[in-house]
Amino acid sequence: MIFSETLLSDRTQKLRQDFPILQRVLPNGRPLVYLDNAASSQKPESVIQTMDDYYRRYNANVHRGVHTLSEEATEAFEIAREKVAKFIHAPSARQIIFTRGATESINLVAYTWGRANLGPGDEVLITEMEHHANIVPWQIMKEQLGFTLRYVPITNHGLLDLDELPEVLTERTKLFCFMHASNVVGTINPVQELVAAARAVGAKVLIDGAQSVPHMPIDVQALDADFYVFSGHKMCGPTGIGVLYGKRELLEAMPPFMGGGDMIREVKLSGSKWNSVPFKFEAGTPAIAEAIGLGAAVDYLQQVGMEWIHEHEREITRYAYARMAEVEGLRILGPKPEQRGGLIAFTLNGIHPHDVSAILDRSGVAVRAGHHCAQPLHDRLGIHASARASFYLYNTREEVDVLVDALHKAQDVFSL
Amino acid sequence: MQRKGIGVSDDLYREAILDYYKHPRRKGRLDAPDIQHHDHNPFCGDEITVELKVKDGVVVDAAFDGHGCAISQATASMLMEEIVGKSLDEIKTLDKEFILDMLGIEIGPVRLKCALLPLKVLKAGAYGLEEWPE
Repeated sequence: MIFSETLLSDRTQKLRQDFPILQRVLPNGRPLVYLDNAASSQKPESVIQTMDDYYRRYNANVHRGVHTLSEEATEAFEIAREKVAKFIHAPSARQIIFTRGATESINLVAYTWGRANLGPGDEVLITEMEHHANIVPWQIMKEQLGFTLRYVPITNHGLLDLDELPEVLTERTKLFCFMHASNVVGTINPVQELVAAARAVGAKVLIDGAQSVPHMPIDVQALDADFYVFSGHKMCGPTGIGVLYGKRELLEAMPPFMGGGDMIREVKLSGSKWNSVPFKFEAGTPAIAEAIGLGAAVDYLQQVGMEWIHEHEREITRYAYARMAEVEGLRILGPKPEQRGGLIAFTLNGIHPHDVSAILDRSGVAVRAGHHCAQPLHDRLGIHASARASFYLYNTREEVDVLVDALHKAQDVFSL
Repeated sequence: MQRKGIGVSDDLYREAILDYYKHPRRKGRLDAPDIQHHDHNPFCGDEITVELKVKDGVVVDAAFDGHGCAISQATASMLMEEIVGKSLDEIKTLDKEFILDMLGIEIGPVRLKCALLPLKVLKAGAYGLEEWPE
């Protein structure tokens, strides 16, 4: 789909009205320029209202009471699950497991599928560009289960080095875990090619969609993902809610994650029987308001249109890439705009990313600084940290201009 | 966080700090240090190594090495200058207030760790105290 720049800009101005926080003026009198969306996105009024409505009108526990409030809460909770399923084209809402976020989703797979399927002689393959959430659970389980953890290397341009794939993806590989889109170099990985390579050796795939689901249309069936994970708060939804999608036969064969209420069918002192999927993996009272809020976020994103959001971010990113490349001494990490999602991580000669971020903050510009939970990737790129501007549906070219002006100011402060 | 006193500026990047950042004093390594300690701030990755030469309980030489933001690196450099000639007992009394007075700036809660890391490393090396200074 092609959208003209003027239309994009007009629509964005309208969409900005949906986000109360974007009207905020900071204590220093500057309007907020929020470019930290890869860390957490802002929430539209509809999501805030939906959660407020739950607490004001029908707050009650789910799947338990037979009273009116509990029935209403249960219905809203399960409708949210259906909305999420449709959003990512899952065959059934039963394959949507609510977790606290992408991190918990990956841990769930590591602790349950991993324990049931991995042992000495097996290999789990991840990549050098992964977020710590897709590294550390596997390092922990490796110690317990004795499998080997291997890594797909990356090129100097921040792409997976596919020439090396046959070296590390072998018949010993039981699971291949990779991010759909990078939270640092921005790379959108060739998921279909990676899944096909995994299939060829009989490996299952887990895809970390934390940076893709908020920004582009996702069809987990078309991608043939065995597991797909993402977080609510990066896609206009609340914190504390995330999703694990899994193929039904895999989920049904997996042992439970945590024990407690809701995940059991029958409890006797001599032992217990597990509830069916997805409840088997949802012990304890879930994040009800958050799940319902995530449902509202999905409604909002669909109403805006995921194709439009993707195209808008590409346009902003192309513009930002060109303007930031003009700044002397600025090094952009990762590939050209055509191969990346809506974020740009960078270093600025002689100025530590924390200082860059602190100086941008004076202009009202919020960016992330640090290693973005991807220390191995920064080691690979030979840097300690970077700053990152990440865009969403409500960001504008004018905000990119404010960012670039502030980068020049940072250089003035450090007199470089 | 309001601070009182002469010479306190609200500018995080006042000239003196940038000068210490760009031209750090006492940066590098000592020959055969009596005390050496390294630590980092896991949230931002700032790293500091402190090396001391001690004679009769008094610091006679001090140096730091590492990388990080202007605040952590400038503070480390200033701190090394401050402690030469001080006894280990005196160093034990140095606290957050000392660091803030030395820098002469206001620092919010997030960046406070950057400023306190050098003192944390120094105290851990000298006394095995691993806590953040208060």
